[in-house]
Amino acid sequence: MKKKMSAAAKRKRLNHLLLHTGLILFAAACVYPLLRIFSVSLRPGDKLVSMDLSIIPAGATLISYTKLLGDTMFLRWLWNSLLITLATSFIGVSLASTAAYAFSRFRFPGKKVGMILLLSSQMIPAGMLILPLFLMIMKLKLMNTYLGMIIAYSVSSLPFSIWILKGYYDTIPRSLEEAALVDGTSQVGAFWRIILPLSTPALSIAFLFNFTTAWNEYLVARVVLFSSKQYTWTLGLFELQGQYITQWGMFAAGSMLVTIPVLCVFLYSSKWLISGLTLGSVKG
Amino acid sequence: MATVQFKKIIKKFGDNLVLNGVDVDIKDHEFVVIVGPSGCGKTTLLRMLAGLEEITDGEIFIDNLLVNELHPSKREIAMVFQDYALYPHMTVEENMNFALRLRKMPKKEIAARVTEAANILQLNKFLKRMPKQLSGGQRQRVAIGRAIVRKPKVFLFDEPLSNLDAKLREEMRVEIAKLYQRLNATIIYVTHDQVEAMTLAGRIVIMNHGIVQQVGSPIEVYRKPCNLFVAGFIGSPTMNLLSGRLSIADGVSVFFNESLTLPIPAFVLPQKEARDGREVVLGIRPDDVLVEHPGGEKCSSKIEGVLEVCELLGHRENLYLKVGGQRLLATVEAFFNRSPGSAVSLCLNYQNMHIFDKVTERRISE
Repeated sequence: MKKKMSAAAKRKRLNHLLLHTGLILFAAACVYPLLRIFSVSLRPGDKLVSMDLSIIPAGATLISYTKLLGDTMFLRWLWNSLLITLATSFIGVSLASTAAYAFSRFRFPGKKVGMILLLSSQMIPAGMLILPLFLMIMKLKLMNTYLGMIIAYSVSSLPFSIWILKGYYDTIPRSLEEAALVDGTSQVGAFWRIILPLSTPALSIAFLFNFTTAWNEYLVARVVLFSSKQYTWTLGLFELQGQYITQWGMFAAGSMLVTIPVLCVFLYSSKWLISGLTLGSVKG
Repeated sequence: MATVQFKKIIKKFGDNLVLNGVDVDIKDHEFVVIVGPSGCGKTTLLRMLAGLEEITDGEIFIDNLLVNELHPSKREIAMVFQDYALYPHMTVEENMNFALRLRKMPKKEIAARVTEAANILQLNKFLKRMPKQLSGGQRQRVAIGRAIVRKPKVFLFDEPLSNLDAKLREEMRVEIAKLYQRLNATIIYVTHDQVEAMTLAGRIVIMNHGIVQQVGSPIEVYRKPCNLFVAGFIGSPTMNLLSGRLSIADGVSVFFNESLTLPIPAFVLPQKEARDGREVVLGIRPDDVLVEHPGGEKCSSKIEGVLEVCELLGHRENLYLKVGGQRLLATVEAFFNRSPGSAVSLCLNYQNMHIFDKVTERRISE
C-alpha cells in the first residue's frame, strides 16, 4: 500500500515538474523580448545589436529615457494616446453594455441578423476598413482631431464588446430582473442596479479589449492624424526612425514606458475579473 | 390585503394559446393554490398578475383596480420565485430591504421591518451573509422575507418549494402555512405538487391546457371532481378509472364492461343521466376499493379478484388486483399478509363512486 502510494506521489511530482518546466519556458519566451528591449534602452549610443547577453549592459545609462522625455514630444504623445484610449474605452463599453442588453433581453425585428452582421464585421481585415473610415472622418471634418480618432476606435471595437457582453448577460437569470421589477425598479433601474454590478467580469474584459486595441493602434492613427502635436505614441515613436539613422535607445525607452499604463490597467482590472458573481442567486 | 379577479384571460405566444378564458375570483385574505401539470399555464397566469407577462386579452383586477397596464412595481404585490432570484451581490439584509430602499422609506422603519421579518423566518443570524453562503432552505426563506417586508396587498408564490429536497419541502410547507396564519394575507400559490395544494389551500384552482377545470376547497375537488382530468389529477395514489357502458334493466342502471357488471344505485347516478348504452368511465379511489370487507348497503356486491402485487408503504399497503381483465388498485391497512396470486374478494364503496361521461368527460354522478 505504502509502495503504491509513493509511486502515485512520484508520478504526481513528475507531472508537477514537467508542468512547471513548461510554464517557465513559456514565461521565458514571453519575457525575453521585453528584457532585450529593456537592455537596449539602457545601452549607451543607440546600439541595437550587441554580443553582450547581460540584461543590464556595461555602462548602462538612462540617457535614452531623459532624452526621450526632454528632447521629444513623447509625453504629449503619451497624453494624446491616454486621452483617446480612455475616451474610447468608456464610450465603447457604455454603448456596448446597453446594446448588448437589448440584444440579450428584448425581442425585436432584425435581432438575429443584427448579431450576425456584428460578427461578420469582425471578419473584415482591419486594413480594408481604413479607406471607408478615412472617408467618413473626412466628411465629418474630424481629420486630425481627438474626436475623429475616438469615433473610429469606438465603432471598430463595438461589435466584439457587444458579443462578449451579450454572451455574459445571457447567463444572468432573468428572474433577477423580474424580482427587481416587482421590488420597484424600472427596466433601466433593473439594468443599472442588478445587471451591471453582476457583469463586472465581462465589462472588465470589454474595457481591457477596448483599451489595448486603441492603445496599440497604428494604421487608423496614421491616416487620421497628421500633425505631430496630435500624434499618439505609436506614430510618435516612428518619428524617431530616420532614413539613415534610427535612435534605437530612445525607441526602446519609449517602448518600455508605453507598457506601464497597460500594465496598470491590467493589474487594476484583474480584481474585477472574478467569475461566479451570480453564485447563490438562483438554484444552480 | 386585497381581492384579485381574473376576467376572461387569454394569453397567446405566437399561435400557441396558453390561457383560454380564465375566470377566477379570489377573495380577501384567501389562500388560493393554482395547480396543474407542467405547461398548463399556471405560472403564466401568475406572471400576468405580477405584470411580468403581457395580457393578450381579458382583465385583471387587484382590489377592483384594473392593473392590465400597470407596471409591476405599482401593483403592490410581492413575488417569491421558483429559483429564489436573490440578488447575489447584496447581503441577506440588502436583499430584504432593497424594495424599501427604492421607496426611500425612513431608515428606522426599514430596520424595524427587516428585523421583524428576520425574526419570523429565523434569519437574524444570516443578515450579513451573502446568498451564496446560505443553504437552499435559507435562501428560500430570504426570498420569502423579501416579500414579507414589503407588506404587499397580494403575495405570489411561484412553485417556491420545487427546488428543495423532500424533507426541507415538508418543513417549508409547514412554515408557509404558519406564515399564512400569522399574516392572514391574500396568497396566490402556484404548484404542480398536489400535496402542497391539498395541505395549504383554502381553495384550489385546477388547470389544464390553459383552462380552469375546477375551483373549490381541497375536500370538494377530492370528493367531487367535476371531470375526468380532475379525478385523475387529484389524489395519490390516483383514482381507478374503469371504462364501460350503462344498461338499464327494470329501471336499475348497470355499469358493465368485459370484466365487471355492477348495479349503480340511484343515489350515485340520477335517473336523468342513466341512458341505455351510454359510454361512461367509473371512478373509484383506491381507499374505496374495500378488500375482504363484510359489505353492506352502501357497498357493491362481492367481486372476485386476484392479488398481483403488494406494496408496503409503512402504515398503508397498496394492493394491485386483477378483476377479469381489469386492473384495480386498493389501499388497505398495512400487513395484508396475502401472497401474490391469491384470490381476494372486494367490494366498491358506492358513497365515493364517481361516474363520468366518456365523451364529454364531465361528471354525471351525484
